Amino acid sequence: MISHISINTVLLTAMIIAALWTVMGRSLLKATIGLAVTSAIITILMFRLNSPLAAVFELSVCTGLITVVFVSTISLTKPLTHKEILEASKKRNRRFGFLPIAMIVTSIVLTLIKIKNNLIVPPATDTVTDVRQVMWNLRQLDMFGQIIIIIIGALGVIILFEERRRDEW
Amino acid sequence: MPSLLIIVPLLGLIILNLPIKDVMKRCAFWFALVLFVAEILLAIQHNPLFWHNQLAKIDPFFKVSLSLDSLGFVMLLCVGVVCLASLLVARNTIREESSRFRFINLLIIASMGMNGIVMVRDIFSLYIFLEITAVASFILIAFDKDVYALEGAFKYLILSSVATVMLLTSIAMMLIVSGGTSFAAIHTALQAPNNNLIMVAIGLFICGLLIKGGVVPFHAWVPDAYSSAPSAVSVLLSGIVTKAAGIYTLIRVVTALFNFDPAMKSIFLLLGAISILIGAFAAMGQSDMKRMFAYSSISQVGYIVIGLGTGTFLGIAGAIFHLFNHSIFKSLLFVNASAVEEGLGTTEMDSMGGLSYKMPVTGTTSVIGLLSAAGVPPLSGFWSKLMIIIALWQSGSHTYSVIAIAASVLTLAYLLIMQRKVFFGKLAAGNEDLREAGLGITTASVMLAAIIVGVGLFFPYIFNTYVAPLQELIAK
Repeated sequence: MISHISINTVLLTAMIIAALWTVMGRSLLKATIGLAVTSAIITILMFRLNSPLAAVFELSVCTGLITVVFVSTISLTKPLTHKEILEASKKRNRRFGFLPIAMIVTSIVLTLIKIKNNLIVPPATDTVTDVRQVMWNLRQLDMFGQIIIIIIGALGVIILFEERRRDEW
Repeated sequence: MPSLLIIVPLLGLIILNLPIKDVMKRCAFWFALVLFVAEILLAIQHNPLFWHNQLAKIDPFFKVSLSLDSLGFVMLLCVGVVCLASLLVARNTIREESSRFRFINLLIIASMGMNGIVMVRDIFSLYIFLEITAVASFILIAFDKDVYALEGAFKYLILSSVATVMLLTSIAMMLIVSGGTSFAAIHTALQAPNNNLIMVAIGLFICGLLIKGGVVPFHAWVPDAYSSAPSAVSVLLSGIVTKAAGIYTLIRVVTALFNFDPAMKSIFLLLGAISILIGAFAAMGQSDMKRMFAYSSISQVGYIVIGLGTGTFLGIAGAIFHLFNHSIFKSLLFVNASAVEEGLGTTEMDSMGGLSYKMPVTGTTSVIGLLSAAGVPPLSGFWSKLMIIIALWQSGSHTYSVIAIAASVLTLAYLLIMQRKVFFGKLAAGNEDLREAGLGITTASVMLAAIIVGVGLFFPYIFNTYVAPLQELIAK
């Protein structure tokens, strides 16, 4: 039990760090990676909390989201100079410097108080708990969808990168 | 069987991108052509025996659950026809073989996304296919990578992301209430007495779809995206993407999931009327052909929403029929705009005139397209508008029916202004050597014009075969 709690706590902490890195990082591409890591940790947490359906949903949303952010980042941004990077970094630290402290305080407060939840949630209609079954039997169509989204992402990168490479020449 | 409409393009796409690209680049156009023609033929051949018995083992093999009904067949037909038109336009307008190959890849993906939207009966899978269509559209709008294209793509991306957040939040709420994501589970759960969570979920979902459909007041991205995108993409966006991702989905969820109550009907009637008027007045003031057609699209989408707002069979059937007609005549107008752009290098109408002398096919089909858009008999647009106006009158919404009629006159006015400025009058100096656009564009415009005339002339057959079966939507 204790080991379960400690693993979940480690994952939660890692998720918070990844989320902070996503928001506070100066590079959009690194932020995209941070977002992917955050989403992956949430997925693992959901699997561990016996919610494979929600985990698969999170995975699907993450795939689409990362593709959109990645492709738009490539197409809509240009590399910064060293000076610009330093200035952007300073501004970002000023703007989001309070975030880690706010996260720690919120975590402590939420740990100390117990939130009353009056929401009546019906039992899940899908009772399958094995993640493989969820992915390959229940949500097969979503898997096809994810494959297609990854192909679009790859195509987008090829189209937009090649154009940039040609410009640079 | 319906799964083949996703599996075959997906396999084709993978094969096309195998490392023998020189061969595949030449095959890509013909593969896409066969794919879209096959889709059109399959949608026309909507015999349930063929779809559900002959090839019944295919869907269970891939473990997917997809479904097609009368509304689905109409949409598949729209997807097939508009994608085919876009492909033909791209053959003339995207000259570099590599670029055209990539465009075809994205076009096939967009068509897969829209086929999925039409056939899924699970709200989360619906979200996934909406995203596939949105991401493909975003890359397609930015395809030329000039400043305007990137601006249009950026606006589309931002507003589409807002819509996505709304849809996802709503799906999460529905999952809480129903415990599942299938249409059947959600429909059963939403029958319970209204509570605040359900109301918020429905509101968010509808707002998300209205953004994707470009309905006023969520239309800010439409003019920039339509006018800045490459010609072949404008055809695709205006013809089917916004219709499938926004309006079709709205019709589907309203008729299959939500309780279509009087409050919701009133909201649709109001939003539809505002869209019709704002779109038409804004179109009046445009000097760029593509921007005028973009605002015209907003106005025509208003007709679809107002028809849905009546809540009667005639109104909803009229809305769906107008969705089909709008896909065809707006695609035709954008195909003609691409022909003009190919010839002159611009779509600014003030610098044009007398193009009909040099481009007789484009000029003639443009007249057919504009008359259908304005609802002039006996063309296809007339019948769908007539159905909507009669449904509005019968349901007691007399003011809205008057607005719909008045806006039709406005539509005729601004499209005639376009026709006069571009195709009639004296040929502008310097255009003496102008010729008809290439075979691809001409074929697309003749095909679309023939559909408009054919549907209009054979309306009784079309009504009995494709429109009357839509009764099942109300029966559900």
